[in-house]
Amino acid sequence: MPPDLTTAPAAPRPAAPDHAPLLEIEGLKTHVDTPEGIVRAVDGAGFSVPRGKIVCLVGESGCGKSMTARSVLGLVEPPSRIVEGAIRWHRDGGESVDLAALDPRGEAMRAVRGREIAMVFQEPMAALSALHTIGDQVIEAIRLHLPLSREEAEERAVRLLTRVGIPRAAERLRSYSFQLSGGMCQRVMIAIALACDPALLIADEPTTALDVTTQARILDLLGDLQADTGMSVLFITHDLGVVAEIADEVVVMYLGTVVEHGPVDDIFHHPQHPYTRALLGSVPRLGTGPRQRLDTIRGTVPHPSERPEGCPFHPRCDVAVAGVCDRGEGPVEVALGASRGVRCVHAGAEGSAS
Amino acid sequence: MLSYVARRCLYMIPTLFGISVVAFAIIQLPPGDYLTTLVSRLENQGESVDRAQLESLRERYGLGDPLASQYVTWMSSILFHGDFGQSFEYSRPVADLVADRLPLTVVLAVTTLLTTWLLAFPIGLYSAVRQYSPGDYLATIVGFLGLAIPNFMIALLLMYLGQTVFGMSVGGLFSPEFEDAAWNLGKVIDLLGHLWVPVLVLATAGTAGLIRVLRANLLDELHRPYVVAARARGMPERKLLVRYPLRAALNPFVSTVGYVLPALVSGEVVVAQVLSLPTTGPLLLNALRSQDMYLASSVILIVSVLTVIGTLLSDVLLAWLDPRVRLDQG
Repeated sequence: MPPDLTTAPAAPRPAAPDHAPLLEIEGLKTHVDTPEGIVRAVDGAGFSVPRGKIVCLVGESGCGKSMTARSVLGLVEPPSRIVEGAIRWHRDGGESVDLAALDPRGEAMRAVRGREIAMVFQEPMAALSALHTIGDQVIEAIRLHLPLSREEAEERAVRLLTRVGIPRAAERLRSYSFQLSGGMCQRVMIAIALACDPALLIADEPTTALDVTTQARILDLLGDLQADTGMSVLFITHDLGVVAEIADEVVVMYLGTVVEHGPVDDIFHHPQHPYTRALLGSVPRLGTGPRQRLDTIRGTVPHPSERPEGCPFHPRCDVAVAGVCDRGEGPVEVALGASRGVRCVHAGAEGSAS
Repeated sequence: MLSYVARRCLYMIPTLFGISVVAFAIIQLPPGDYLTTLVSRLENQGESVDRAQLESLRERYGLGDPLASQYVTWMSSILFHGDFGQSFEYSRPVADLVADRLPLTVVLAVTTLLTTWLLAFPIGLYSAVRQYSPGDYLATIVGFLGLAIPNFMIALLLMYLGQTVFGMSVGGLFSPEFEDAAWNLGKVIDLLGHLWVPVLVLATAGTAGLIRVLRANLLDELHRPYVVAARARGMPERKLLVRYPLRAALNPFVSTVGYVLPALVSGEVVVAQVLSLPTTGPLLLNALRSQDMYLASSVILIVSVLTVIGTLLSDVLLAWLDPRVRLDQG
């Protein structure tokens, strides 16, 4: 297994100090050209992923979280395209590269995909080719980046499959995806993602398509693997229960922008943005009594092509200030400590909005 | 895999039986039986009928027996003696007539199929990968023209052009001097020189259709999650295309194998007639028009059997290509 990234490197590297993030996204805009006009799916999102941490990217469907993740690996296809922004990838040696500026079909991007940043997808069954064996696909992932012979790659594949909890891994190499359960397929996808010891694993709603017990097991597995390898994980989900379970840090997205980010405990116990508060308020809790109605967020998410002016959340916000929140470019991010930030005019004035 | 093939072979038996029953029913369709037809035909031509010969024929086909035993007699003479009966029209055994034409029909069918594939495959691939490019539009226009223009029109056009511009005879599969010659190298070359016209004509519609099918299939596959996942692994685009979506889009190609023969025999009769091709198509058409029952039913029988075999081949090929077909025993 790979070098443990959680322990501090033996010699300090001036170019990439230990606290420097692994991935920094700044002002990312990914737009979709549709016949009705341009949809600003990601509209100036920015956040960073520290080394050796699990960062959860949360938000409702359509808030641009998947599109953000795909932008990192250059996987956005026409009619979608990255319009603006930087995705800075800081390699271990201190070298940095702007992934947003790379040619998505070029060699440089290919070297990052699967080798340095790997991805796990929402529907494990569909993400595996039904025409090729599991072994074919795992071994292919290994040999695309590592100079191993077929036999060596096969041994590594068996080790990987065993590590992600697939019983009788050597036999399973000859199975097809349709012969496995959804949970098993997701384990295979995780094994493929880990094939070359990536520094960052992007997991795009990896448990959404699975049943609840399988979900829990996959989450445990991802947590274990992260602890073992010290890789960073960018975990995309809309499920706050999942966030509470595995996240070190949370990034909350709404309509293509990051409205709030910070350590998981701060976000859950001291949410600053009205949207984060509303999101947390909509989670059912045990012990609140049978007749208690769940809080809902007023209104609906506007269509991305009808993005409101000013703060994107103001039409649904209880504490919106007329004349402030509904015009201009929207509030700028207010830093609340080293790894905490919120985009709201009320930011910093604790309790003023509740 | 073996059990799959064995099962497919077993399924063929009832199908073949059904086909033979239908073919037999065709023999029985005209009023009267074979002999009454024969007698009336001979009398029309002012010839006398030999009683003894009639009796021997009645004996041979078991014409006095009940239908079921007639069927058995007919089938067993085909199965055990290769005797398909006698053609009135040609006054020759049906087996000989079919033997003359079937090999050329199969040669034409296979060549047409291969040409269709060779043309449709790269064009369909290009059309899908470069969707809405000028090349794709060109392929689409040519493809729809190919689909829309009746094949016999193309045949007539080619004949006209061949005659007036190139001064060659484009009808048939052989030049007059080779028509009745024994097989030798010269005849083979002569056949190849003639074959391209019907192959081109017959392949246009199939190619046009297949281009559209491959393009649509590939467009479906190109954006599937497993393609994105393979790309996210760092696979080069070209390798990715061939290994994943193209492989998945191959199925319709393979499935066409089974349909080529019946299409050639029944659907392309008009073309064969226009180009006076010595294939089974015109033979069947004439047999049906002149109520030459044994000939008609034999051609139908043989072509149907070939179709069933072609379908079996395409199924086996499909199972080899696609593990879902092979392993889904349900």
